[in-house]
Amino acid sequence: MKYCKDFTVVSNEIITPSLFILRLQYPEALPEIKAGQFVEILVEGERDKDVFLRRPISFHDVNYETNQIALLVQVVGKGTASLSKAKKGDKLNLIFPLGNGFTIMGKKVLLVGGGCGAAPLLYLLRILKQQNIETHTLIGCKDVNHLFSKSEYQSLSSLYITTEDGSYGEKGFVTSHPILQQTYDAIYCCGPTPMLKAISKHAKEKNIPCFVSLEHSMACGIGVCLCCVVDTQQGNKRTCVTGPIFLSTDLKDF
Amino acid sequence: MNNAKKLEVQIKDMSMRNPVMTASGTFGYGYDYEDFLSLENLGAIVVKATTLNKREGNPYPRMAETPSGMLNAVGLQNNGVEYFCNKIYPKLKDKKTNVIVNVSGSTIEEYVEVAKYINTLPNIPAIELNISCPNVKEGGMAFGTDPSMTQRVVSQVRKAYNKTLIVKLSPNVTNIVEIAQAAENAGADSLSLINTLLGMAVDSEKKTALLSTITGGLSGPAIKPVALRCVWQVAKQTKLPIIGIGGIMNTQDAIEFILVGATAVQVGTANFIHPSISEEIAKGIAEYVDRHNLNHITDIRGII
Repeated sequence: MKYCKDFTVVSNEIITPSLFILRLQYPEALPEIKAGQFVEILVEGERDKDVFLRRPISFHDVNYETNQIALLVQVVGKGTASLSKAKKGDKLNLIFPLGNGFTIMGKKVLLVGGGCGAAPLLYLLRILKQQNIETHTLIGCKDVNHLFSKSEYQSLSSLYITTEDGSYGEKGFVTSHPILQQTYDAIYCCGPTPMLKAISKHAKEKNIPCFVSLEHSMACGIGVCLCCVVDTQQGNKRTCVTGPIFLSTDLKDF
Repeated sequence: MNNAKKLEVQIKDMSMRNPVMTASGTFGYGYDYEDFLSLENLGAIVVKATTLNKREGNPYPRMAETPSGMLNAVGLQNNGVEYFCNKIYPKLKDKKTNVIVNVSGSTIEEYVEVAKYINTLPNIPAIELNISCPNVKEGGMAFGTDPSMTQRVVSQVRKAYNKTLIVKLSPNVTNIVEIAQAAENAGADSLSLINTLLGMAVDSEKKTALLSTITGGLSGPAIKPVALRCVWQVAKQTKLPIIGIGGIMNTQDAIEFILVGATAVQVGTANFIHPSISEEIAKGIAEYVDRHNLNHITDIRGII
């Protein structure tokens, strides 16, 4: 079941000028949401007449006790720029929950996130912890200022961090971090496509199932516009319905 | 007159409880929207384009947001007509609304073959012949931009199909009336217009086109003035019932199309943004009829 409902903004936490976390209150009990699923958020209308389509954003966190969700948003264009101005008390209309979500498996798994792409990993860690699955989490970002929700990650997992400028953790990219050499039952990966491809290649070499979260532009998010397709071993598949989480070996060019 | 009857309209042999339909390619197979609305509150749904054989469509990226609209270059991705008949139709046949199949092809023979398959499905009251898709290399829009080609494909399909035949017209022509008349003379029962306008979008920083196919079909409120003009022109020059399409986002937009001559309307791109909008527009039209003390919605049809 998908819902199209208004949420109320509880807070808008600015991480950097182009990165923010929206905490949103749902007026009733939240339906079950899987880690890796996403929402389509309405920007058009009173909020911004120049933005036409909704914007797909993954769940950063979900709290069933307070019926609040958190969305980590990076400003990439006029739609997300408009959203960055949302204030406490504003109403935002969301279609949710969308997409397939991560397949939970194994006893010891690695989570790899790059930049704002790390967003869905926080909620994934909560789910993995509930299932008593041991986790290592590797997050790469530009510099220490772009690091978000660190204490939450730390409370749920063994956290390893790389920064491009060395301002925190190891200097460099996640793809060269030694933690990758350990053995895992699965790897969960979200971030820029080159990083997804590099981690997928590594996982393939070590024969570890690797689940990647794709960020494709889409018009509807509910499977009807057919604009967000990805080339898979079984032909074109919709990222919004068959994904956004794919087993990397199912994807062509991965 | 009974209030519910005030909205009933007729497209040849197909009766609709209200003039609101959903446009092909924007509503999946209808059941994709059942979390958001009741199909029985719509006059009809037009399911996505069906071709003889499975088509993968065009490569990603297929979509670009543009001012007050969007471009798409999907390219008729679908699993082919046999898959539709065997796998999709059973899920649709008992829906309490008119289910119309959009039929597309690369050759006249292909259109005819697909129409023959659909003709065998008892609970499909009409087809919409898509001679206006701008996103395929062969066929598609070629049949809708030349009156003699239109005449040929519509007359051949007419021979093979004996229920309500709607022909969907392209705005990418010099004189849409000529195409409309060709379809009318060849035996079309109704005309739906407009399909998308051929357009393109460019990224100045990356110095590339935003669509893999470079050009694509423009939809959304940006095209409504063009669509209104086309419907107005065609309604004045043909006798067929017209289905108005193009940038309908709300009740007012739908009423505008009826005022310029449409018997029914199709809601398209708006479904992506407001998934229950087609049902809301149907309710809005009922309110409009009351507020303007109309005996029937067709009282205002074509008064401009």
